[in-house]
Amino acid sequence: MTGSAATREAAARTEETGELDSWVMTTRLADYVAWGRKNSLWPMPMGLACCAIELMAMVAPRYDVARFGAEALRFSPRQADLMIVAGTVTKKMAPAVKRIFDQMPEPKWVISMGACASIGGVFDNYALVQGVDQIVPVDVYVPGCPPRPESLIYGIVQLQRKIDHQKLT
Amino acid sequence: MPLVGHPVRRPGRPGLLQRTYLPSILKGMWITLRHMFRPKVTMRYPEETWRVPENYRGLPALVRDDGGRVKCVACFLCEYVCPPKAIRIEAQEIDTGVEKGPRVFDINMLRCIMCGYCEEVCPEQAIFLTREYSTVGVSRKEMIYDKEKLLSMGGIRPDPIKKWSRLTGAGASASGTRGAERDASR
Repeated sequence: MTGSAATREAAARTEETGELDSWVMTTRLADYVAWGRKNSLWPMPMGLACCAIELMAMVAPRYDVARFGAEALRFSPRQADLMIVAGTVTKKMAPAVKRIFDQMPEPKWVISMGACASIGGVFDNYALVQGVDQIVPVDVYVPGCPPRPESLIYGIVQLQRKIDHQKLT
Repeated sequence: MPLVGHPVRRPGRPGLLQRTYLPSILKGMWITLRHMFRPKVTMRYPEETWRVPENYRGLPALVRDDGGRVKCVACFLCEYVCPPKAIRIEAQEIDTGVEKGPRVFDINMLRCIMCGYCEEVCPEQAIFLTREYSTVGVSRKEMIYDKEKLLSMGGIRPDPIKKWSRLTGAGASASGTRGAERDASR
């Protein structure tokens, strides 16, 4: 009741003064959608090696990625929109990573976490994919072996900035 | 063959109170309530930062000595020892006439694993691991740090040995004599 009363009062005030800005906030649809997307990233934890331990630490209470709206780790690719590739991508695992990425609904993003996922790291050998960006499009690279949880949080913040500038389609 | 032990009995139908689920719910809510009054452990990262120890191994960086000279002499030891082969050096002659210096010194920070071998092996104490631990990039190319960027990250570290000042002292006198000869020849 008080809400509708306040609305009526504000509407009356608008009629008097024409100050629509005092009670209506306008935005573009693209900005609104980007705001929604960037603040509810649902990560798909592609934990393949020791980086996944730091990924778990990022979700745990000490670093608490829920502050950035990305705490809902979905182990089903159909419900996720951010793939965090954490660890060494072997050539045997690469088809699975690619398939899981393909199963994620658009819009989707990828964070490559750690030296191994980003560029192969110390393992320059026949068994490893030299960078997960050879099979999936990577948006943010987080260096480190493994990166600290802060570093990964910073990567998520960078990705949020990137999403903020993305177009609607 | 005789049976060992007894099979587990299916639990009987719970009482009326249990069937309302109220005791279980209250028990769970009590645990939640208890946790609300415990100390908060979350570090609000971008605002609050962690106190980095002095000997933390972060991103590597090149340093200059107190004379503003690049301390690296392009001996290629760090490139040789680097486990993920993240360092790439190309040497050049420099005007002191004694040592060489790096023309190109690239560290691929995506490859770097911050192991500290380069710092350990460096005979000139020219490469150090900084306390920088939170860096991200949006492309592979961006994460290859060149010499200028590494030097700006490293800053200046005073040189306790003063090798360069001795060398340049000798070099200065030599160039002085050479200059004198040049003056005399004119």
